[in-house]
Amino acid sequence: MSIIAQHGEIFIILACLFGFFMAWGVGANDVANAMGTSVGSRAITIKQAIIIAVIFEFLGAWLAGGEVTNTIRKGIIDPEMLQEDPQLLVYGMLAALLAAATWLLIASMKGWPVSTTHSIVGAIVGFSVAGLGASAVDWGAVGQIAASWIVSPLLAGTIAFTLFKSVQHLIFEANDPFAAAKRYVPMYVFLVGFAVTMVTLTKGLKHVGLDLSFGASLLLSILAGLLVSALGGFMERRVQASSRKTDQFGFSGVERVFGVLMIFTACAMAFAHGSNDVANAVGPLAAVISVVQTGGEIEAAALVPWWVLVLGGGGIVVGLVTYGRKVIATVGTGITELTPSRGFAATLAAAVTVVLASGTGLPISTTHTLVGAVLGVGLARGMAALNLRVIGTIAMSWLITLPAGAGLAILFFFTFKGMFG
Amino acid sequence: MVTSNPFSAMFGRSPFQPLLTHIVKTSECADQLLPFFEATLVGDWDAAAIHRESVTRLEHEADELKTELRLNLPNTMFLPVSRSDLLDLISVQDKIANKVRDITGIMLGRRMQVPEELAQPMRDYMRTAVACVAQARHALEELKDLLESGFGRNVSDVMQKLIRELHRLEQQADDQQIAIRRQLFGLEDRMPPVDVMFLYKIIDWVGELSDRAERVGSRLQIMTAN
Repeated sequence: MSIIAQHGEIFIILACLFGFFMAWGVGANDVANAMGTSVGSRAITIKQAIIIAVIFEFLGAWLAGGEVTNTIRKGIIDPEMLQEDPQLLVYGMLAALLAAATWLLIASMKGWPVSTTHSIVGAIVGFSVAGLGASAVDWGAVGQIAASWIVSPLLAGTIAFTLFKSVQHLIFEANDPFAAAKRYVPMYVFLVGFAVTMVTLTKGLKHVGLDLSFGASLLLSILAGLLVSALGGFMERRVQASSRKTDQFGFSGVERVFGVLMIFTACAMAFAHGSNDVANAVGPLAAVISVVQTGGEIEAAALVPWWVLVLGGGGIVVGLVTYGRKVIATVGTGITELTPSRGFAATLAAAVTVVLASGTGLPISTTHTLVGAVLGVGLARGMAALNLRVIGTIAMSWLITLPAGAGLAILFFFTFKGMFG
Repeated sequence: MVTSNPFSAMFGRSPFQPLLTHIVKTSECADQLLPFFEATLVGDWDAAAIHRESVTRLEHEADELKTELRLNLPNTMFLPVSRSDLLDLISVQDKIANKVRDITGIMLGRRMQVPEELAQPMRDYMRTAVACVAQARHALEELKDLLESGFGRNVSDVMQKLIRELHRLEQQADDQQIAIRRQLFGLEDRMPPVDVMFLYKIIDWVGELSDRAERVGSRLQIMTAN
């Protein structure tokens, strides 16, 4: 108790620093994958991608980042166990942040596959098992999170498969694919707006002072969907049919209509990514703050302070602007074989899955979800060539990241314990 | 910093572009056959040698494309068509270029001149074979667009039309072959036996050219049958 009273401010400052660093890492590295499909299909330029990412990553983090942050903060460790020694939670969360951020830095310098989500969860589980004992961990919650890591790519793949099949059926097989595209694309835009708003409204907005009933949320979501779909329809009107003679099916015109749609899915993806991944950075920070502010009492019911999410969102934006733009360019130019119609199906499927997970409070890997979504499009025979070795890389990132994050966290945990007592 | 981002590593290079480039090379190679033949008819062996050189060059380039395509298709690659069908297709395509090289090689090496009576039918026959190859190329160009849209009902309609035309050309080549053989049989007595033997061989090989072009078509049909 006295330790917290004595060093409270240092703890908060350290946590803010580490959290910001971690958010910087998320912005610098992870955002590139989330925006990669949109940039790779050349639906938006790199500059546009960065602008979209800055705005919507921040909005996602701020508006819908609360649930996952809560899970990271108090869902994995049972707070009841720490009533006696609340400072251990502070050390642990600081250690977890530092461990995940360090690991992220090492792995990306070496070019190893890495997932922010996996490293932070691994780190938290690691320090609690080593420092507090295995019974401190809520294994049920951890099991649920681990299951969501398997389910999320599968779900995204299934949605992407269905979406792309519907596109094939409704548009590519139509007698006039271009006209069909113009007719149906606003419906897909509606879907984007509706899904994102619905999940955000029903799950997220309590901390900004907006508490809506389910009916009101539904109504508002439909309204939001209609609004963006009208906007999409308006933007689409400028797209002209292809004038190239060689293009007898008009597919290049169709792709340009999908290019309009991609702008919306890119926004949704950035929003989804922000809402889920901000927690990796600010979840531990929020835990530290609540311990310090309540003077050591670990109160389970407190809401995440709004400025914490803003700090996380800000960190992501800074990472994006300082370093992420380069990574976006690299990833985007690496993905050359993706056309907007495929990119849209994959991105929307991933965005919906991630937003759903954010609403449920499950920390999942955006990259893995996107991989699942792209594979789903591939199964619908939409991709010219996909290297399935990526599945092996994902398995590797599980095997490497979890123990690495855990090991580093344990190391840092005992360092802090030695330093502050 | 990020040298091997697993996410971007997932997106392989489309094998259809190299496949198309390959058949374009092959068909350019086959196109050389006609001017080459004209040169042999007038006995201009220098010009024939130049055409022969471009044939070997194009054949060589096609070979390289084939190797490159094979190297870029590891068995972890997931494609919208069967990988083995794709590899079959490229080897059938490659055999077209090889055959053109063989034909021009023997004709130049032996300084073969087709007897005057046979010149016109032989010219038509070769033209049909070259048209067959061009048609195969055309089919593949169409297919590439359709593959990029992820197939659909359109694919079978368009393919049917293209394959039917290919089949018609091949049939025509067969008929021409029979007519030329019959004509050559009447001339046999007046010609040196070895020349006759090789001429039969050339006739055979030109036939194989259209045969293989048709086989490209049937491979495409198998690939797109879903």
